[in-house]
Amino acid sequence: MRVGLLVTCLVDLMRPRIGFAALELLEAAGCTVIVPEQQTCCGQPAWNNGDRANAARLAKKLITEFEGCEYLVAPSGSCADHVRHGYPRILADEPTWQARAQALAAKTHELADFLVRIACLQKMPGNFAGRITYHDSCSGLRGLGVKEQPRALLQKLPALELVEMRGAEECCGFGGTFSVKFGAVSAAIAERKCHQAQALGVDAIVGGDLGCLLNIEGKLRRMGDAQTKVMHFAEVLTAKD
Amino acid sequence: MESRAHRFRRNIAEALANPVLQANLSKAKGKFVEKRAQAIQELDDFEATREAAREIRDRVLANLDLWLETFEANARARGATVLWAKDGNEVSRLVVEIAKRHGVKKVVKSKSMLSEEAGLNQALLAAGIEPVETDLGEYILQINGYEPPSHIIAPVVHKSLDEIADLFARTHRTPRKTEIAALTREARQVLREHFLTAEMGVTGGNFLIAETGSVALVTNEGNGRMVTTLPRVHVAITGIEKIVPTLEDLSTLMRLLPRSATGQSISNYVSVLTGTKNPAELDGPEHLYFILVDNGRTRLLGSDYQPMLRCIRCGACMNHCPVYQTIGGQAYGWVYPGPMGSVLTPLLLGLEKAHDLPYAATLCNQCGVVCPVKIPLPELLRNLREEADKRRLRPWRERLALRAWAWIALRPSLYALASRLLVRYLAWLAEGRGGISVLAAAPGWTMGRNFPAPEGETFRTRYRMRKRGP
Repeated sequence: MRVGLLVTCLVDLMRPRIGFAALELLEAAGCTVIVPEQQTCCGQPAWNNGDRANAARLAKKLITEFEGCEYLVAPSGSCADHVRHGYPRILADEPTWQARAQALAAKTHELADFLVRIACLQKMPGNFAGRITYHDSCSGLRGLGVKEQPRALLQKLPALELVEMRGAEECCGFGGTFSVKFGAVSAAIAERKCHQAQALGVDAIVGGDLGCLLNIEGKLRRMGDAQTKVMHFAEVLTAKD
Repeated sequence: MESRAHRFRRNIAEALANPVLQANLSKAKGKFVEKRAQAIQELDDFEATREAAREIRDRVLANLDLWLETFEANARARGATVLWAKDGNEVSRLVVEIAKRHGVKKVVKSKSMLSEEAGLNQALLAAGIEPVETDLGEYILQINGYEPPSHIIAPVVHKSLDEIADLFARTHRTPRKTEIAALTREARQVLREHFLTAEMGVTGGNFLIAETGSVALVTNEGNGRMVTTLPRVHVAITGIEKIVPTLEDLSTLMRLLPRSATGQSISNYVSVLTGTKNPAELDGPEHLYFILVDNGRTRLLGSDYQPMLRCIRCGACMNHCPVYQTIGGQAYGWVYPGPMGSVLTPLLLGLEKAHDLPYAATLCNQCGVVCPVKIPLPELLRNLREEADKRRLRPWRERLALRAWAWIALRPSLYALASRLLVRYLAWLAEGRGGISVLAAAPGWTMGRNFPAPEGETFRTRYRMRKRGP
């Protein structure tokens, strides 16, 4: 399977190791992974802030880069959801482009969803040990139905204990530029999420979207919690001691 | 009601800095959510019921003029008078006129958000007519100097028992009580007198039934029945979109409204009121008026925002909204808070007066999945953002930053360079401490949390190095 990896702008910038972890997992599942070099950002920030023209330009750019692949996979529910559901809507006024958007949307997957349902990855490369809880990111969960997939993968690690926190499906308060525009509200929402996770005494809060993870990590550290780790599930699945 | 939506940011800061409000909000959070989740379980097929409800509401909106005329004809045939109001001022004028015509000195009110839109209490007071709110929550707000509601079905959800105990002791000049039952009994005693002496009752209407010309009231306290049966005159004020074609349609919507709102299978009272009292009946009003209000709603018909008119005012969207849970309802500045308010307020008042509201959402779509009539709230919020951007209502810095970022993102080589420099800069700021506590470029972020340090090189750079080999 020829899989195009959409690294995502946040992973590129902040956590390259998540990108490499995704690469490792896809290769472990037997995929040939292509990383288009020209990729930048899927354009969701433009779309969510009402800049349709640039959202459309960035959508077309990404479509051109990835439409040759058999699948597009992103280690982010948010970006995958934007390609899957945002692109056809953004390009609704341009039939040719919309058709291309729909074709790409049909083969676009969030990483965990792809590994479980398409690539059927059985054996995880890592051997992470510890007690974790999983935060369901909004777009992945409500946009793409990503809920059981990452849990199924994580539970294949024999030394990993998964415990559910209250309100796992509630938003962490990130919301893209919302986190900067309404920083105080965003941080207050994140605080509730952190408390729910801390109440379980976990070693790590794990999720599938870097935006949420940076938000949660930033809040934990500000709250004085230097212990609780915040990790992408791809990092957990590939972690080796 | 005068809008404070234009000063939304200040309202937020005040809400976050108010420890009593914050304590009350965190106490209230979850109650509605859990109860609704349980109530939804009772339905054999929630999604199918939701789809049926959406279909009913869309069917009405597709031919709203015809349904309104049908309603008007049937209501008239049962002895009611149907009046039309263009805006809030007209509502107030009509109500005052009706009151004067019937020599009314005192009006008892059941809960009505439309009367909040119109600022009806102030208009009645100005005309020398005493309004008395009889919904317990609304009554509490009234005796607290006409404080604005913070929720469309639980207007005092932001208040604690202690605050209400103080307020009752002060207003009623009675010993302070802290038991809910005792407080309720006290309110009931005070209100009973008003029910018996008021000449006119004013209510909202949850639904108008076109085939019978009736209004349906969904309440829990029983005050709605007192207001509509004891006084000689009943005035029901609703938005024009509240029509349902038949009683059967009403029953479909009633499977969803109480469950979505309070998590009840059915509310304590569901009243379907039709026509004036006829000679054989013992109670009911001698005069029944419907005031059907536009106040900006017709503008939404046929627009991208028409789905908003499906709204049945259950409040589920705000109950599930992380932003509402954090700032409470009053911060939104007008009658309707939460996601539905962030859509409706700019649409009814003008986007220029409330353009911050559509941005006050994480677009988590929790509201979209709980909405019983499937209003795509995040999509409507995003549409409003597009409109605000197009009309240049947003600060120029925000627009510029967004455009500059997009311009770079469209140029891969430039983007590669810019991101490499940015990452180095961020890493330098973090200086191996794992995080940045003050980030001048994004003060909004670091106000309440650290900005985690980047790894140090971009994925792009490292991937290229790896491909070249060690």
